[in-house]
Amino acid sequence: MKIINVDEDNFNEEVINSKQKVLIDFNATWCGPCKMIGPVLEKIAEQNDNIKIVSIDVDNNQDLAKEYNVFSIPCLVVVKDGKEIKRNVGLISKNEIEELIGE
Amino acid sequence: MYDIIIIGAGPAGMTAALYAKRANKKVLVLEALNYGGQIINTVDIENYPTQEHISGYDFATKLYNQITELGVEIIEEKVISIENLKDYKKVNTKNNIYKAKAIIIATGTDNRKLNIENEDKFIGKGISYCATCDGSFYKNKNVCVVGGGNTALEEAIYLSNICNTVYLIHRRDKFRADQILIDKLNSISNIKLVLNATINKLNGNEKLDSIDILSNNKIDTISTDALFIAIGKIPMNDIFKDIIEIDEYGYIVSDKLCHTNIPGIFVAGDIREKSLRQLVTATSDGALAATEAVKYINQ
Repeated sequence: MKIINVDEDNFNEEVINSKQKVLIDFNATWCGPCKMIGPVLEKIAEQNDNIKIVSIDVDNNQDLAKEYNVFSIPCLVVVKDGKEIKRNVGLISKNEIEELIGE
Repeated sequence: MYDIIIIGAGPAGMTAALYAKRANKKVLVLEALNYGGQIINTVDIENYPTQEHISGYDFATKLYNQITELGVEIIEEKVISIENLKDYKKVNTKNNIYKAKAIIIATGTDNRKLNIENEDKFIGKGISYCATCDGSFYKNKNVCVVGGGNTALEEAIYLSNICNTVYLIHRRDKFRADQILIDKLNSISNIKLVLNATINKLNGNEKLDSIDILSNNKIDTISTDALFIAIGKIPMNDIFKDIIEIDEYGYIVSDKLCHTNIPGIFVAGDIREKSLRQLVTATSDGALAATEAVKYINQ
């Protein structure tokens, strides 16, 4: 699956109402560590069909960042049935991301 | 068996790989996290010769592409120990054992923590170690910076442009920073100095909302949305310190050619005991360490 760009317009549809587990990648264009995580997430998205990965630009979606209490990026949030179940703040390795996603 | 194993894929380690590979050696770089090291947090590098402006990410990615195109192998695995055997060296990761004739240590440094309760809990929820990374989340808010060196002052000055009030907390009454920064700091009206003070407690439920400051035997509470911690770096020496000589601050001791106390083990970059930790000195170390490692192998 490809990474889906999400903003305030399609957030409910792609994240809250998603039947699949969702990994939200909160990022920004000026954030170096976010750029490091980007290609890793693309690889994970390609290799896994059991999770949907979405990307949210915090500068363009400040309300979503606020709603999720994101004050530092990169921030990865795992959402299941519309609810946050896990998160990680800061740069992590591919293995650690896969652990975060879980089964 | 590799000729040279480099531990750490920051600017020092990757430059060492560049030089070692160009000398026709079989090179492996082991990196615990992702290539680039701390430089990827720098939004704009302005002091690297020939690069008027380049982001840390772009710098690291260019160097990464440069060495992988040459055929350098980079594996994402955390090293847990190294061993110096009679005929070769062993590098152990969680799942694998690698052998090499020489090792270059380039693991760098990490942010020094305050080591007080709730610090980890509030990371990303008020606690930050990088103002340029996270400052924009605190537009028009009150924030604190703790520290008294160049980084702390730079962070306070940077945040003063974004935030309402910036409290700069320092445990002494004088800063150990460049005079140009101290002058700048003193000219900014929305930076308030809190001197001879230490942070006693971090308060909040879901996120940080205030901190307790201990000063003159009395405790004051500052309500704040963020605390930027800039109290220095710590060398990432855990896996080496039993066999490699380190100085009183934990940095690896070497001679002017990057040799450690063990023949065939070299050091490069921020983890090396030295007076200036900059991108240009990291790459310089990398070149030197690789050249010396090649000499050692060819002996």
